[in-house]
Amino acid sequence: MSKASSSATTKISSFVLMIIFITLALSLTALILSINAFTYGEQVVAGYLLLIGFLGVALSTYVLLQTRKRILRLRIETPAITTTIECKKCGFKNVREFQRGDYVFKEVEPCKKCNDKMLITAIYKEVKEKERLSL
Amino acid sequence: MNDSVVMSSLQNQITQFDPLGEYSWILNLLFYVVFIVFIFYGQRIQMYVMLREVEGSLYKLKYIKDEGRKIAIETIKEIGKPQTDPTSSVDRFLEYFTISPQSLDPAGVVWKLEHVLDVRETRFEDEVKLIAPAADETQANNLENTLEAAMALNYIYKVIRHYYLLGKKTLSLYIIMQIQMILPLVMREAEAYASALKAFAYGQPIGDGAGALVAAKLMHGYEAKKVPKDCVVATVPIEGRTTYVIKAEGPGGNVGKPGDAIKTIIDENEGKIATIIMVDAALKLEGEELGEVAEGVGAAIGGPGVDQFKIEESILKHRIPINAVIVKEDIGDAVSPMRKEIFDSADKAIERIKQVIIERTKEGDKVIIAGAGNTIGIGQ
Repeated sequence: MSKASSSATTKISSFVLMIIFITLALSLTALILSINAFTYGEQVVAGYLLLIGFLGVALSTYVLLQTRKRILRLRIETPAITTTIECKKCGFKNVREFQRGDYVFKEVEPCKKCNDKMLITAIYKEVKEKERLSL
Repeated sequence: MNDSVVMSSLQNQITQFDPLGEYSWILNLLFYVVFIVFIFYGQRIQMYVMLREVEGSLYKLKYIKDEGRKIAIETIKEIGKPQTDPTSSVDRFLEYFTISPQSLDPAGVVWKLEHVLDVRETRFEDEVKLIAPAADETQANNLENTLEAAMALNYIYKVIRHYYLLGKKTLSLYIIMQIQMILPLVMREAEAYASALKAFAYGQPIGDGAGALVAAKLMHGYEAKKVPKDCVVATVPIEGRTTYVIKAEGPGGNVGKPGDAIKTIIDENEGKIATIIMVDAALKLEGEELGEVAEGVGAAIGGPGVDQFKIEESILKHRIPINAVIVKEDIGDAVSPMRKEIFDSADKAIERIKQVIIERTKEGDKVIIAGAGNTIGIGQ
């Protein structure tokens, strides 16, 4: 795990990319050749080339997508945090993005409606849960 | 042509299908070679697959660890305004370790542990002051928490790397297997610390602060006074009882010493406390709802155990009953920015506390309510 390998965590290796694209090119060639073989009446050869072509395209696409997915997974998510500001006097509510220095029960800018002091009453992130099976 | 003729002609075609013709022996030979290779080298192949999996996770851990270090350095530069580049100081900080006291003779080990932890905390505070001279008390606490999260990530990475390299060196299936088996849990924890880093750097409330939030909601609007160590207490009338609401002093990242605070209040009232109610975030089991509120007995407080020990000592002396209200969440939610479900559960926890007070005490009684947990991003 040398320092030079740090880029490997975020970039796709060019060697892997080259292999993927060569496989893809060969597979596409096989597909084209299968059409040629079919027109010349070589149905068995056309069948084999078609099979090889489809398998090659599927495999290289899968590997490419998996590599991309790995990079996406490596990013540290920064969820959106919302700050709720309330006026205790008139009940005016303002929801905005979190700003550095915000904390729960901090007195902030005066109320736009009654000019009384407003208070941060909530700071949280909202996460949309995927539907789960209830057991 | 009827169906039976078509079927028999298809059957003939299938049985006579020989794609390689005279070269079919190559396929047979290949099959036997693969079979024999798997008999002798199956375990080794399995080991290499496992090593590859650990290696992939190790790359991810390295990325997370490096990001953590970067965030810590950037935050120090932004908030602390140091005169010199803090990189070398941060790198030194990340390698800090704490040796736990010897427990061959367990008598008095809690006090030794407390002393070691106090020394550690003082050392951390001093270091943060040195590398971030412009940071105020709240910011310094947040920076300390950020560096601790970066430290945890650095440690996780180094341990996994150790087992990976050891497994590679010795080619021992059992070393590789044990690290590969716990890897999903380790990765979960590392990801949780990664999301905690930004929360600490920005001073956002985290899931662990559920107890502190409940206490803050109860004491808000009442005068709070400082109690040892790094805690605040407010006298709040609830349902005709006098309650002493305790929490760590916010809004900086701080857990305080609720054990000392509870002892102080008990001593001030000469032990005449009807009950103690502790509120804290607790780890939920898979399948349980996030933010679910549950009730029980005992000192609900995490950490190395010093505060739990002190609370138990104090209540035993005066035979004070202790109740616990917990807010359930998983490790990822505990150290990452507070989720709405946890924030909303604070009101449910307050309702439960009031219910306990009504059921377990009489009017005019004195009650201690202690909200444990990190109070980052939560004032009072």
